[in-house]
Amino acid sequence: MIECTNISKTYVSGDVETHALRGVNFRIDKGEFVAIIGPSGSGKSTLMHILGALDVPTSGTYILDGQEVSKLDDDELSALRRERIGFVFQSFNLLPRTTVLRNVMLPLLYTDTTDREREERARRCLACAGMEENKFMNLSNQLSGGQMQRVAIARSLINNPAIILADEPTGNLDTKTSAVVMDTFRKLHRTGHTIVIITHEPEVAAYADRIITVRDGIIEKDVRNGHGTS
Amino acid sequence: MVAIDLLKETTASLSGNKIRSGLTILGIVIGIASVITMVAIGQGAQSSISERIQSIGSNLIIVSPGAQRTGGVSAGQGSSQTLTLGDADAIGNGVQDIAGVAPEDTHRYQVTAKGNNTNTQVIGTVPSYTDVRNVAVDSGNFITEYQRQTSAKVAVIGPSARDELFGPDADPVGQTIRIKNIDFQVIGMTVSKGGTGFNNADDAIYVPITTEQHYLSGDTYLTSVSVSARDSNIIPTVQQDITDLLLSRHGASDSASADFSIINQADIIATASSVTSTFTMLLASIAGISLLVGGIGIMNMMLTTVTERTHEIGLRKAVGIRKIHINLQFLMEAVMLTFFGGVTGIVLGWGTSLLVSHFASLTTQVSTSSILLAFGVSAAVGIVFGFYPARRAANLSPMEALRYE
Repeated sequence: MIECTNISKTYVSGDVETHALRGVNFRIDKGEFVAIIGPSGSGKSTLMHILGALDVPTSGTYILDGQEVSKLDDDELSALRRERIGFVFQSFNLLPRTTVLRNVMLPLLYTDTTDREREERARRCLACAGMEENKFMNLSNQLSGGQMQRVAIARSLINNPAIILADEPTGNLDTKTSAVVMDTFRKLHRTGHTIVIITHEPEVAAYADRIITVRDGIIEKDVRNGHGTS
Repeated sequence: MVAIDLLKETTASLSGNKIRSGLTILGIVIGIASVITMVAIGQGAQSSISERIQSIGSNLIIVSPGAQRTGGVSAGQGSSQTLTLGDADAIGNGVQDIAGVAPEDTHRYQVTAKGNNTNTQVIGTVPSYTDVRNVAVDSGNFITEYQRQTSAKVAVIGPSARDELFGPDADPVGQTIRIKNIDFQVIGMTVSKGGTGFNNADDAIYVPITTEQHYLSGDTYLTSVSVSARDSNIIPTVQQDITDLLLSRHGASDSASADFSIINQADIIATASSVTSTFTMLLASIAGISLLVGGIGIMNMMLTTVTERTHEIGLRKAVGIRKIHINLQFLMEAVMLTFFGGVTGIVLGWGTSLLVSHFASLTTQVSTSSILLAFGVSAAVGIVFGFYPARRAANLSPMEALRYE
C-alpha cells in the first residue's frame, strides 16, 4: 500500500544544506500498525510529512496504492490528503475560536455533502474518538490537550481514510491521556485502518505490530513487535 | 455548495476575530470618510462662490468711469464723471446682441424711517435693472418706466436695509423712508441674494435714476452702466463694440486714453475659480494624505496577521482543502472587509458633509468622483494586501505553511 524507494529530503537554508532523509526504503501493507521511532532530528517527522503528502521528497519515489505521489499536482495532492489519508499532528492544529464540530467538519468544506450529513459524520467520528457529546459546541481553545487530540483524531477520520498517520500524537499529553489516545488508535486498527505513528516513547511504540527505527536520515532497524498479532 | 460554504467560512472567520476585522474596517472607514468630506467642502466652496458671482447678473459687462486725472495725478478708478445717461442710451441703441442696459447712479446716504436710521447705498436705476442684474422682487413692485419718467419719489428696499429700518419680518411696502430729508414711499422689497460685505446687494435701496439725479446727487453722471449680452459666447464681441462706441463718443483715439473701463463677469468668475481651485487642491491633498494613512493602516492589519493566517492556510491545505477554495475564501474576506468599510465610510463621509453644511454654514457638495476614488483606493489596498499574502501561502506545501514564522 505504501512503498518508498530511495526517499531523500534536503533542506536548504542559506548556504547550509541539511540532509533530513538520505535514501529511505520500506513498504507498509494494508492493515498494518507501524510505529516509527527515533531520536529527535533523526528525520522521522520529515518522513511522516512525506507519507502524509504534506511535503514532497527531494528525490526518490513514494507510491501510495500504486499511484506515484510525487507526480501529482497540487489539487490531486489535496484530494489525496482529504480522502485517503487522515493526519494527526503533535500540536493538534485545530482552527482557533472555532467549535469542535466545525473543526471536525473542516475537510468536508467545499464538497458535495449536505450540512446534515456533515454534522452526522462529525458526531459519529467524535464519538469514535471518545469525545464527550456535551463538548461538541465548545470552542477549540477551551479544550484540554487530550480533548484537542481527540478532536484532531475525529477530524482525521471524517472521510474514513484507509491510512491514519499520527505524528507524535501523545507528545503533548500526560501518561493517562496518552493511554486513552493509543487505545483509540488500536480500536481504529481493529476496524481495518492502516496506522502509522511516530513516537520516541517505547511504551507508545509497544502498541504497534511493527517498529521502524530511523536514525540520521536512514532506517536503522525494522522489526516485528514481540506481542505480535500479525 | 461551494458558494454557501465560502460565505459561511468568510463570515465565521471575520466574526471569529472581531478586533482584527474591526480595526481593518476602521482604517478603511477613516480613509474614505475623510476624502469624501474634504473634497465635498472644497467643491462646495467653489460652487457657492461661482453661484454668488452668477447672481450679480447674467452675461454681465460693467462699464465704469475711468480715473480722473489732474496733471499727472490719478484720483483712482471710477472717480471721473464721464459716463452719462446719453452713453447708456447709445449703448442700448447702437450695440448689437445685448439683452439689456441698466445705468446706475449709486451713492451712500443716511436713510431714516420711524426713528431708525442706517447708512446704505442708494442705487438710482431703471426698470431693466431687474433683468440685467438678476434682482427679483419679493413683495410689491420694482420701479416702473412711468415712475422713471416722472422722477417719482418711490423706493424699492433690500432685505438687509429693511431689517435695519423696520426690523426683521416687517412688511415695508407702503411705508415711508427719508433719504436726505426727502420722503420716499416704499413700493417693493427685493429677494435676498445672501451677499455680505461692503457691496452687499441686500443692503441697498433702489430709486428711479431720474429721481436720484434730480433730488439726491444733483448731477447727471453715472457710477456705472451694466450691460447684459445675449449669450456668454459673444461677451468679448459686445465688450469690444461698447469700447469702440464709447471711445468715439468721448473723442478718444485709442483704448489707452479711454476715460472708462470695462470688466465682464467671465473675468471675475475666472479669477474667483482660480482661487477656489487652489483651495480644492489643498483640501484634496489633505484628503489624499488621509487616504494614504488609511491605506497603510489597512496594509498593516492585513500584513501583521500573515503569520497566523499562513498557519491557518497550512492547516486547511493539510486537511485537503483545494488551493482555489482557500484563495477564494481569503479574497472574499478582503472584499467583504473593504465593502463594509467602504459603505460605512461613504455614509460617514456623507453624513459629516451634511453636518458641516448644517452647523458650520459651509456649503458642501459630495462628488461621485471623490467617492469612487476613495472607495477604489481603499478597496485596492485592502484586496491586494488581504489577498496577496494568502495566495502566496496557499502556494506553499502544507508543511512549509504550517512551519512559517
